[in-house]
Amino acid sequence: MNADVLIIGAGPAGLAAAIELRRLGAGRVLVVDREQQPGGIPRHSAHTGYGMRDLHRVLTGPAYARRYATAAAREGAEIRLTTTATGWAGDRIATLTSAEGIEAVSARAVLLATGCRERPRPARLVPGDRPAGVMTTGELQQRVYARGERLPGRALVVGAEHVSFSAMVTLAHAGADVVALVTDLPRQQSYAAFALGALARWRVPVWTSTALRRVDGRDRLTAVDVADMRSGAVRRVECETLVFTGDWIPDHELARTAGIAIDPGTRGPAVDTSLETSARSVFAAGNLVHAAEIADVAALDGVHAARHIAAALRNGNLAPAPDAPQASEQPAHRVPIAVEPPLAWISPSSIRLPALADAVPIAPPRGHFLLRSQVFQQRAVLEARQGGRVLTRQRARLIPGRPIHLDAAWLSKIHVSDGPVLVAVAHG
Amino acid sequence: MTAGRHGQASEAADVVVIGAGVVGTAIARELARYQLTVVLADAANDVGTGTTKANTAILHTGFDAVPGSLESRLLRRGSALLTDYARRAGIPVERTGALLVAWTAEQESALPSIMERAGKNSYDAVRQIPVAELYEREPHLGPGALAALEIPDESVICPWTTPLAYATEAVRAGVRLMLGTRVTGAQPGGRPGGAHGDHLLSTTRGPLRARWVVNAAGLYSDRIDAMLGGDGGFTISPRRGELIVFDKLARPLIGSILLPVPTAQSKGVLVAPTVYGNVLLGPTAQDIDDRADTSTTAEGLTSLTEAGRRIMPRLLGEEVTATYAGLRAATEHRDYQIRVDATRRYACAAGIRSTGLSASLGIAEYLTEAMDAAGLPLRPRNGSVAPPVMPYIGQAGTRPYQDAGMIAADPEYGRIVCHCERVTRGEIRDALASTVPPADLDGLRRRTRAQNGRCQGFYCAATVSELMAKAPRGDRPQAGSGQQAAAGRPA
Repeated sequence: MNADVLIIGAGPAGLAAAIELRRLGAGRVLVVDREQQPGGIPRHSAHTGYGMRDLHRVLTGPAYARRYATAAAREGAEIRLTTTATGWAGDRIATLTSAEGIEAVSARAVLLATGCRERPRPARLVPGDRPAGVMTTGELQQRVYARGERLPGRALVVGAEHVSFSAMVTLAHAGADVVALVTDLPRQQSYAAFALGALARWRVPVWTSTALRRVDGRDRLTAVDVADMRSGAVRRVECETLVFTGDWIPDHELARTAGIAIDPGTRGPAVDTSLETSARSVFAAGNLVHAAEIADVAALDGVHAARHIAAALRNGNLAPAPDAPQASEQPAHRVPIAVEPPLAWISPSSIRLPALADAVPIAPPRGHFLLRSQVFQQRAVLEARQGGRVLTRQRARLIPGRPIHLDAAWLSKIHVSDGPVLVAVAHG
Repeated sequence: MTAGRHGQASEAADVVVIGAGVVGTAIARELARYQLTVVLADAANDVGTGTTKANTAILHTGFDAVPGSLESRLLRRGSALLTDYARRAGIPVERTGALLVAWTAEQESALPSIMERAGKNSYDAVRQIPVAELYEREPHLGPGALAALEIPDESVICPWTTPLAYATEAVRAGVRLMLGTRVTGAQPGGRPGGAHGDHLLSTTRGPLRARWVVNAAGLYSDRIDAMLGGDGGFTISPRRGELIVFDKLARPLIGSILLPVPTAQSKGVLVAPTVYGNVLLGPTAQDIDDRADTSTTAEGLTSLTEAGRRIMPRLLGEEVTATYAGLRAATEHRDYQIRVDATRRYACAAGIRSTGLSASLGIAEYLTEAMDAAGLPLRPRNGSVAPPVMPYIGQAGTRPYQDAGMIAADPEYGRIVCHCERVTRGEIRDALASTVPPADLDGLRRRTRAQNGRCQGFYCAATVSELMAKAPRGDRPQAGSGQQAAAGRPA
């Protein structure tokens, strides 16, 4: 089977891209998702606050997911559910498995929108037993909101970023007595108003500079050991539920198996400002490229990628068909953009220059780059340089795990021959 | 032979095998070929939940066993038998070969004696390979390797399917599998002088009578031995081995099993592929007292990551999918503790420290022959039972989600539920309806790989739990006879 655009993942990024592509006349747009329902992660998130940036209204997660799914279907995108893209049979030829069988779909362009997941306990190398009662926020939300499970008893939340507070609210909703939020960082990372409000309402303390040392319980979880990183003192905390939150990793398996270059910072596919990956005509959007942002941001990424895919389809500026000779391929002009510590990563990680030498470089989604920091810094100045030239200086507040924006209005100042752009925290 | 309704042990079984690990299930399978009533009892709610499930999952050739030992002999025999059985039963095996890598001058100087030892174990295929060839074959190996031996027949195997296949074959041949049955005491029968009294075992599911008892109780075999008046010639001291399992995306980094050279100071850490397509790093070796403490430790995990960083630096850049610890049933002896006492009608297969999976069929064959010599009447059954064909959960072959024919015949094999491991609804349904069904989620994981992947349940835990809860609970093997449990399902 053939499609003009194959989108893998029917979350906010994938569905928003499908809608935009259809509106721009992109032809046959096929969206596949391995889940039984479209909408991605917001389906499991009962709290409100979705849609402010992209839909200009406030919705709950499930309502937001439904809205995108309905719009995509209305615009004529073909959505196939319970369908897993298991690998590649060639360039832009995906192998799909579903109850209907196994099929190879060949597309002129592919958009990867497979999202991200939380790093689970084993990947964090937390020693101890392997009892039941230990989970991620994703599993917690499915158990509580999708299956209506109750979780009585004491619960501990690992992490103190935005999603950690969300896990706390979900636990409280499920009848758990949340003992504390535990973070090895010196302070919490969520939005002050939300965090303080939630903490006051449920009277849950945040234990900062505290490390989880051991999990106990042969069958069910009984207790954990936590260590105060300042004094070294270890104490035992009895609990029946332990939720690991945040610490996002992109679901990049399909990107890796396609041989696409991975950004060492984000661990997602490296993309340029048009959201094209190292493989021509394969784009990536949403939390696969920047784990994790809110759904609205992922959706706006999808729209951004869709516009560049549609333009490429219109201009015939796509990779040649898999069976065509490769000689006509033109390498894309890109200027890398990278960060220096204590900044952790920047996305996109290269600036795309149009074929015309004097044209303005392509701006990143929403007109800014996304960054992460490893440290807290209340009043920082971010400085972008190319060669010896300062391109921009911008104020920023650095909080680990929280989005930092670098406005891209300075992009016209870059020179293709001056090497990479480096973004650092300016001193003094 | 069954425990009666009123707590009275009725008719005696010909043989009660205590312990349904890989050794106990292999013995039960072997005995099931004869006209005997056999009970296979285990304290756990599933087969293969002790040492069997948490090891390095290597099908050893026995090249480095102690020459002349029983272990050497049964390892060689068992390995050959299991290689053939695995092919017939659909147990995942990959013949990756092993490279034994020397990193220090001391290790390098030990290689000739290792080759010599392999020869004494009648294994002649070991050869030394040039360092350049080593790095050609394993380009991601860390720098500094000095020399290497190639052992081309070392393989990796599925440690979960193997005891399940044995147990399935045994149950279908009429063996009564009693899970959740802990032996709490015994009145030994068969007293010196040839008295005819049966053994009377007390269990958490009532009394059991037996003409013969086979002790295959692994970590608890010394306690069972004491209950049955064995000679008490061994004591189990659990040796804990911690392991780290890396993400499947790490699998292309490695071609063969990378073995360490054992030295006086340390047995060393290996890096090996798994049949599920992951990469394993371990084990540690720590003597502990608690026979149930399978927790990992900060020290153990740190020592493994340090060793892994030297052996294959890029491995540490990949995500960790799981960490676990297994306990090996070590004794004060170097060799297996296998004995058959004709007078007491008692057999013991203990001290199978770390080679039980590879040697299991050899041990079962050897023990059964010894019991025959000791007077257990072995009359072959009419009509032979073929090995069961087990659901394939390896990575190298074709899984149901990749099999267009299977999906066309049954669309449930096209509905993937566990995305990381690509386990379909059809496979979960089959496992829940199998001859030896899982009792819990862990049992389902060992049969299907569901939830064994990198997300550890982030996506599918809720769905898998729901399928498990909805499963029709038919006759469990421990609730009825083997024949009943197998009824309604073609063998």
